[in-house]
Amino acid sequence: MKSVIFGSGVLAIAAGLGVYAWQANTAPTPCGNTSVAGAAIGGPFELVSETGETVTDTDVITKPTLVYFGYTFCPDVCPIDSMRNAIAADILADEGVDIGTIFISVDPERDTVDVVRDYTDNFHPEMIGLTGSPEQIREASQAYKTYYRAVEGDPDYYLVDHSTQTYLMFPETGFATFFRRDTPSEQVAEITACFVDQLA
Amino acid sequence: MTFPKLAPLAVIAAMAATSAMAEITVTDAYAFETAPTAMAGGGFLTITNTGDSDDVLTAVQADFPSVQLHTTEFDGDIARMMHLEAIPVAAGETVTLAPGGMHVMFMGLQGNPLTAGDEISATLVFEQAGEMPVTFDVVARDTADSHGEDRGHNHDQNSHDHGNSHDH
Repeated sequence: MKSVIFGSGVLAIAAGLGVYAWQANTAPTPCGNTSVAGAAIGGPFELVSETGETVTDTDVITKPTLVYFGYTFCPDVCPIDSMRNAIAADILADEGVDIGTIFISVDPERDTVDVVRDYTDNFHPEMIGLTGSPEQIREASQAYKTYYRAVEGDPDYYLVDHSTQTYLMFPETGFATFFRRDTPSEQVAEITACFVDQLA
Repeated sequence: MTFPKLAPLAVIAAMAATSAMAEITVTDAYAFETAPTAMAGGGFLTITNTGDSDDVLTAVQADFPSVQLHTTEFDGDIARMMHLEAIPVAAGETVTLAPGGMHVMFMGLQGNPLTAGDEISATLVFEQAGEMPVTFDVVARDTADSHGEDRGHNHDQNSHDHGNSHDH
């Protein structure tokens, strides 16, 4: 049962509350962490790339990729999570495993192409930052069953509640697993490498 | 990270000369560098109330369009960021604003990003202790993690030496 709420305010966007349902429905994966039983996570999306071009999921997920939804106005949680993912990619690169990292903004009002590109370059030169129209972002968020909601308040300095899982996606097979934000970079790297061995 | 112990004590000594109620000590004030087009940055610090009466941090003032106290609460895997009107610092207690929890939000950076090596001069406003100057050191985010960064093909060390003492 998935409920979708659209607030009356311009900024109030709820992208789906199904996340609560599937978190309780997890089982161990062959690579040791938890996965989602029967959940269809991911799928087609259309967003705007760091060069302003419209891109689809198949354009940007060309190798095993860690996908995270956040917003650049977030000074604390999003940078910690993004840096964790960037470090995991570096650890894997040292081991000869090539993965990608993607940051998808859930704040289309403020996160322009330039802002998202600079933000992601700050964490990793190859991290891809994606933004888009409110509709494009809502659809991408719904595909990944993430939650976000802009808190009403100051038009310039409002905050956005959002889910913080990072998804490990593969180009052919799609969703492999997800990582909670308390999973350290070393463990993200280790589990990702395990899935790469199995699936790539 | 560690902050040289003597510098803040010197600040406190200076404060004590002007305020009989200066029972607050502030240490480890830092902020992470931001991207060039960043709109906001987070600041962190440790506040200790060495006095015998409770105090409350009610504001942080700095030269940005807006500065607020924020916290992050987690509802499962959903992060909810909230504006705090005040942060209590009870007598004898230490309150730490650290990544993943409470932080100072420096907002409206547009065009003036936080750069590693810079300092942010700010004023903490306490109900009892009054105004207290504090300097946030802007540090590279890489140093917040123990993992040796290799993005610059340098496996040896982090890019700054902010008082870390594990090497001789």
